[in-house]
Amino acid sequence: MTVVGWIQIILFCAIVTALVKPLGWYMTRVFNGERTFLSPVLRPVERGIYWVGGVDERREQHWLTYTVAMLLFHVGGFFLIYGLMRLQQALPFNPADQSAVAPDLSFNTAISFITNTNWQNYGGESTLSYLVQMLGLTHQNFLSAATGIALAMALIRGFSRSSVRTVGNFWVDVTRTTLYVLLPICIVYALFLVSQGMPQTLHAYVDATTLEGGKQTIALGPVASQVAIKMLGTNGGGFFNANAAHPFENPTALSNLVQMISIFAIGAAMTNVFGRMVGNERQGWAIFAVMGVLFVAGVAITYWAEANGTSTLQALGLTGGNMEGKEVRFGIVASSLFAVVTTAASCGAVNAMHDSFTALGGMIPLINMQLGEIIVGGVGAGLYGMLLFVVLAIFVAGLMVGRTPEYVGKKIEAREVKMAMLAILVLPLMYLGWTAVAVVLPSAVASMANAGPHGFTEVLYAFTSATGNNGSAFGGLTGNTLFYNLTLASSMFVGRFFMIVPAMAMAGSLAGKKSIPPSAGTLPTTGGLFVGLVVGVILIIGGLTFFPALALGPIVEQLAMNANTLF
Amino acid sequence: MLREIRPAILVLALLTAITGLAYPLAMTGIAGVIFPTQAQGSLIEKDGKVIGSALIGQEFKDDKYFHGRPSATVAPDPNDSSKTVSAPYNAANSGGSNLGPTSKALADRLKDDVEKLKAENPSAPVPVDLVTTSGSGLDPDISPEAALFQVPRVAKARGMSDDAVRQLVTENTKGRFAGVLGEPRVNVLALNLALDGAGAK
Repeated sequence: MTVVGWIQIILFCAIVTALVKPLGWYMTRVFNGERTFLSPVLRPVERGIYWVGGVDERREQHWLTYTVAMLLFHVGGFFLIYGLMRLQQALPFNPADQSAVAPDLSFNTAISFITNTNWQNYGGESTLSYLVQMLGLTHQNFLSAATGIALAMALIRGFSRSSVRTVGNFWVDVTRTTLYVLLPICIVYALFLVSQGMPQTLHAYVDATTLEGGKQTIALGPVASQVAIKMLGTNGGGFFNANAAHPFENPTALSNLVQMISIFAIGAAMTNVFGRMVGNERQGWAIFAVMGVLFVAGVAITYWAEANGTSTLQALGLTGGNMEGKEVRFGIVASSLFAVVTTAASCGAVNAMHDSFTALGGMIPLINMQLGEIIVGGVGAGLYGMLLFVVLAIFVAGLMVGRTPEYVGKKIEAREVKMAMLAILVLPLMYLGWTAVAVVLPSAVASMANAGPHGFTEVLYAFTSATGNNGSAFGGLTGNTLFYNLTLASSMFVGRFFMIVPAMAMAGSLAGKKSIPPSAGTLPTTGGLFVGLVVGVILIIGGLTFFPALALGPIVEQLAMNANTLF
Repeated sequence: MLREIRPAILVLALLTAITGLAYPLAMTGIAGVIFPTQAQGSLIEKDGKVIGSALIGQEFKDDKYFHGRPSATVAPDPNDSSKTVSAPYNAANSGGSNLGPTSKALADRLKDDVEKLKAENPSAPVPVDLVTTSGSGLDPDISPEAALFQVPRVAKARGMSDDAVRQLVTENTKGRFAGVLGEPRVNVLALNLALDGAGAK
């Protein structure tokens, strides 16, 4: 670890923190339907969409209607992507002449993109046409992100409103998020990325004759427009197979910093939106603090582990850390930081190969996802995931002092706690369950690229990432098989929607409750005690759930490495 | 509930058209005007022919060129499309080795490569980036240490003095952005082009 390394980490944290307030202010205005500086341009477009779609923007929806609208929206998105992939050969913008994608891979990818996972069983430059990249993937990057933010808004309204039946209008929330938040940032952001060297072209791949006379086919495409939303919307599905490690997908150290910031920006600012909507910004900062504590701890461990290297490297006298699978322009620190950021949020873009990380360095990304990606988290999804844990923490605190728990003026009762538990418990059911199935199926074991405990970690990581809608991978695992395409798709589906529906049910029940003013017996939820309590609940629930699985994977691998055992 | 079906189709269609077609196509048009070189992939041409991209590494084996990092990229096996064969610096199929910290295959590869490099230049420690594969398999850069390590070999193959070659390495070394971000590095293709240029003078 070096001083300049820590300066990069501190710089990153400082910029993200500085963005929380202004971005939170702006987004609150957008969701409340207030005028913004972009309204003169965008308002006519917005009204046009409502007019064509038959949406009455003043009519709000019951939580159930809101959820059904969201599900219908995803059904449409699913068929769009699936159809485009199956038909890409017959469609325009296919200069590399990519053939139709196989049914199981198309199914997996369609589920993957509507759930904001963006798991890469597809190979990017070797599988998809430009049309699929734009119309299928870029568009769904926007809409699955907008959906996540919309759902978080519905839950926030549940807390902030008093005795009402409605939680907002899904169509209005999605349209406004896309037009006022995501699109304007992406336009500026994509141009910045091109300035750093990211291609943005519809031309075919270029054949170069190298200095030594060899032939090199260089894959190109409309990369920048997709990468901008891939990061900002915490989607993470790469244009290229190597994702943000590819020099075209992350050309410079500066583009790398901006990409990391954009992964966190909206998710972090959502805490401020929450604070503003419930009438006390400090409530938002308390949640941000919980995220910050867990994040910094993760960064420190991963950075330390990667800078330390492996016993193999040390035995050969190679210093400078574990550079296998990392790029020179990023080095150890920017690769370690990126890995923690991308898994803390549910992004899943990678700028280094997590499969080649040290055992402990690779364990932190895994833990980040198993905790439910609540450390900032996916746009929107991170906040509603965190609020589920907050509800549990408040419940635990209520049990300790023996009175009905309340949070930001709402009584937390049996229904809320049940819904929170349901949402939190369904995740380990998927990733532990499918991992257990995979390791006893010979055909599934054959997909592992590494032997020994590392192979087990590859499988556990895959199902964890899919369930958490992250999308990063221990990439050695051959995921493009019938078994993994289907089981991973089911994990993504359950991980997304079985968390959303209970969260929405909670939003509906909270919105119907009266707001009660805080009294002398109310646990203050803006101080250090509360932050510590939530951190504790997260680590205890998480630790009890997945520690046994980690013991079989990264922990035993670390011990094996210390004993110089190779597999 | 039924009245949500109309917006599910039409709002989806409109937002898809905006974000999936209008936005990427507009960006392509604007980027092509403001940043024409970068938008096309920062291609380098020599005598009217494309010889590569400034951002994409390429394979160098000749002693008279600086070598990049090992690359783990593969290509479909021409004899059996269900298998793959090693194809270093395949810029149409990026990827890393994905070998883990306790991988025997990785340990063996590292050992072989370290021995070869030690035989080539016994006077300096082997730089770690010269024996590890990059994440993309297309890393255009090596560390300044990795470039300096190769100076004696390149100088000998070209009949140049060590100092002249070292001078070129120094000229092609880029520092951290704003002194803080990233790591110091040398673009291998740029350095080799500079070498060829120096030889021609």
